[in-house]
Amino acid sequence: MSANENNGQENQDGVERGLVARIGSALKAAGALFAGARSNGKAEKPRPKKGDINSLPAVYLAAAVLDPLYIFDSNGGILYANEAADLAFGPVSKSVSLRLKFRAPEMHELVAKVISGAEESVAINYAERVPVERAYRVVASRIGNDTGLYVLLFKDQSEARRIDRMRADFIANASHELRTPLASVAGFIETLRGPARDDPAAREKFLQIMQNQTQRMARLIDDLLSLSRLEMKPYQKPSTQLDVVELVKGVMESMRHIAGENDVEFVSELGVKPMLIAGHSDELVQVFENLIENACKYGSDGERVIVSAEQASPMDEVRITVRDFGPGIPEEHIPRITERFYRVDIETSRIQKGTGLGLSIVKHILTRHDARLSVKSAPGEGSSFTVHFPPVPPAG
Amino acid sequence: MQTQHTMRSFDDELNYLSDQIAAMGGYAERMVAESVAALVQSDAALGRKVVEDDLFLDEKEREIGERAVIIIGKRQPVADDLREIVGAIRISSDLERIGDLGKNIAKRVVAVTEGSQPIRLFRGLEALASLALTQLKEVLDVYASRSVERIGFVRDRDEEIDAMYTSLFRELLTYMMEDPRNITACTHLLFCAKNIERIGDHATNIAETVHHIVTGRQLPLERPKEDQSHRVVAAPEN
Repeated sequence: MSANENNGQENQDGVERGLVARIGSALKAAGALFAGARSNGKAEKPRPKKGDINSLPAVYLAAAVLDPLYIFDSNGGILYANEAADLAFGPVSKSVSLRLKFRAPEMHELVAKVISGAEESVAINYAERVPVERAYRVVASRIGNDTGLYVLLFKDQSEARRIDRMRADFIANASHELRTPLASVAGFIETLRGPARDDPAAREKFLQIMQNQTQRMARLIDDLLSLSRLEMKPYQKPSTQLDVVELVKGVMESMRHIAGENDVEFVSELGVKPMLIAGHSDELVQVFENLIENACKYGSDGERVIVSAEQASPMDEVRITVRDFGPGIPEEHIPRITERFYRVDIETSRIQKGTGLGLSIVKHILTRHDARLSVKSAPGEGSSFTVHFPPVPPAG
Repeated sequence: MQTQHTMRSFDDELNYLSDQIAAMGGYAERMVAESVAALVQSDAALGRKVVEDDLFLDEKEREIGERAVIIIGKRQPVADDLREIVGAIRISSDLERIGDLGKNIAKRVVAVTEGSQPIRLFRGLEALASLALTQLKEVLDVYASRSVERIGFVRDRDEEIDAMYTSLFRELLTYMMEDPRNITACTHLLFCAKNIERIGDHATNIAETVHHIVTGRQLPLERPKEDQSHRVVAAPEN
């Protein structure tokens, strides 16, 4: 990736066009077969002869492409989407208009240009902002000369974009957050060299404060790195299934010591029934660690933390709730607690060694899982954080 | 839409309408995203571009209106075809309003960024905008895929947007009380936040229209009314 990065866009276009042209010629060879199968409605499965490139059906080839790829007709109706396309942009029902699927003005222009026949192949940059930021180089090309078919190929460039974004974010957020503890350490060093040089009691006290501050910086850097690592990973919907009840039990087991330190007791209402969800187990462990740790720290007045799971039927969403009985969160803060460095109460957060990033990490991971976080809280009654996972589609 | 008409040209006309709605949707989404980006990055040029983009939406809304009337007159559609066409008219007017709101945000770029503003002023607004954008995208995706089972979700998010707006309102009020020099920028930002909240409402309207197009039934009336900013006052608490 990094070696290609500097070769410039033109070179990359050349590579993409080459790939599209290759797909194109194979598609053309199989074009008649493909069109025929479409018009008589009865899809006859074309069979390739072993080792014969000329009889290779287009759809076989398109399915083998690892980047998202669509084949569409001159009305803009989608005839075929490969697996990568379904994964990246969600499945489409047959003959849905490409213009409906990709609404961005630049995409409409691209499709119009290639269908009008003005150009054989056009490339643009295309970005999606929500729910996860993604950037693509998109090429649309006519297949062969008179097949009436066109191909749209996506090349994921989110990584380069994310690195840029990360750099900007880091400067904006982190420099400010790191500067505060750094300034305090610098101040104490000055005091230790000057006025407090010969005062052992003060020295000990100041060194302790300095140690706390450097630890805080270290934690901050850890969290920032973990957040940016998440952002760096290419976006991919999790496909492996796991039992979330089992996973949460494991997390609770490993966090007994934190419960002990904060004088709270874990109450498990998870039950024994396994609940399947699609997810990355490492990332989900991080989610529940953050939620349970928060409940222990900010809800320590309540002396207990209840973790519960529910799912009405296998077709319904799975809900995991972490409930504490602490002071609760004032209503006006609830919508914003997942923002980076947003703190409800700066003092408490400092005492609890919070970095202001925990819930950002949680939200980030959940967005990638197509899951969401809901928060219920009232002052004096504690808070409950519920993670909603979509049900896994039935096998098949 | 799933079944074909005896007259292929009728299908073509209906498809043309939905393609135009998609085009409007794409513009509206881009305008909202770019207007907030222009605000946050104090990019006056981007702001001007957004203002110009609004022309497209105005023209398209008219075009869709005229086309729809012609189709109704010519084809005398009934049932789902009629709902499709009337729905297109309603959605196009919601999208046109979203464009206006985006344009209004873009117009404020110069005023807000005159004195350099601290980044924290914009963080909440960005978060609010990304909620509203997600809402809009989701609704338009439902229009494209006709998967109305996702619509309940859309209403949930509307509630979230309203809560976020109320919170942002309080925050901006605090900044103004802290330092009167913030008042100019914060007042503009308040209007921007209100615009974004309205965009969320229009997206919810579209969701209701789509539900009607697909199922032929109206969604139940109880729409979440969570905006509590009218209760927030600047007086010190007792």
